[in-house]
Amino acid sequence: MRTLNRYLLPALLLVASSVHALEFSEVQAAKSSLVFGYQQMRVPLTGTFTRFAIQARFDPAKPAAAQARIDIDLSSIDTGNSDADEEMPGKLWFNTKQFPTGQFVSSSIKALGGNRYEAQGKLTLKGKTLDVTAPFTFRQEGANAIFDGSFKLNRLDYAIGEGLWADIATLANEVSITFHFVASSKK
Amino acid sequence: MATPHRYTTLAIALHWMVAALIFCAFPLGLYMSDLKLSPLKLQLVSYHKWLGVTIFLLVLLRLVWRATHTPPALPASIAAWQQRAAHGLHHLLYVLMLGIPVSGWLMSSAKGVPVVYLGLVRLPDLLSKDKALGNALQTLHASLNYVLLALVFLHIAAALKHQFVDRDDTLSRMLPPLKRKS
Repeated sequence: MRTLNRYLLPALLLVASSVHALEFSEVQAAKSSLVFGYQQMRVPLTGTFTRFAIQARFDPAKPAAAQARIDIDLSSIDTGNSDADEEMPGKLWFNTKQFPTGQFVSSSIKALGGNRYEAQGKLTLKGKTLDVTAPFTFRQEGANAIFDGSFKLNRLDYAIGEGLWADIATLANEVSITFHFVASSKK
Repeated sequence: MATPHRYTTLAIALHWMVAALIFCAFPLGLYMSDLKLSPLKLQLVSYHKWLGVTIFLLVLLRLVWRATHTPPALPASIAAWQQRAAHGLHHLLYVLMLGIPVSGWLMSSAKGVPVVYLGLVRLPDLLSKDKALGNALQTLHASLNYVLLALVFLHIAAALKHQFVDRDDTLSRMLPPLKRKS
């Protein structure tokens, strides 16, 4: 995943520096988070993916030119429960042997007014690619840009939790994804 | 006012309801702990928690009853030390019937899983997530249950002894009206 950074980022940065000074492209992984929320027997729970790589460029003045690509190391899942963590790489869940990474690639980003934006793109998990729309906010804090957003997906659309785990009365189908990305601009 | 000869219908109902629920929650807890992770396990764990919360609430009602009523006296034929032992045992049972659900609630909080009673009412988390503490509380919860098991066994043995060996009216104080003798 780091190799993607090595090749893609310089290319993006080259574009970035030539068009606008206020473009945020250096995502700070340690300050960013990717959280998923779900309901188990109507008990709200959350987990995280601890390893992900992001290539993005965003200029609030030109949202249409913005791009984002997120690669998630699916084996980095932390459900908060060690039994469940052991279960997640299995075939009924993420099948990480065959599909080690999940991926979001933006297709368009538009301004919704104020500090609100909306990213549309394709989310690929477990070999299935579906359209998702993720509203997010952008704010600047010193030299950093902070992106906060969330969207919902149905886990069964991606066949995550198959077989006996397809029981959505016990484990809800709907999963919310909440992201918090901190990026700085590269001068 | 003379002390009554038997518990009121409400007190009797509460006693046997709590007894029945404990007899469900205990083996359920034992069984589900050893299950491999599955939707069934998640369901059983939730039902176990709901049973625990229900027991806690019913025991609170029993305490309200105790605070507002005079329990029937034990037969005078029972030796004073046995009466004291019986009262001591009853107090311990109350402590455990309240303490065990609370220990389960604490354990659930420490494990980062909120308790949502009947899937409807979310109880506040008593502790923030702490894996080591969660495991320690699990051990505590289980240990308290084995103490309860021993005390319930003693409680039942004593009741049966009074009924079938001493043949006094101790047990009939807590039996439903239909089965009550005389």
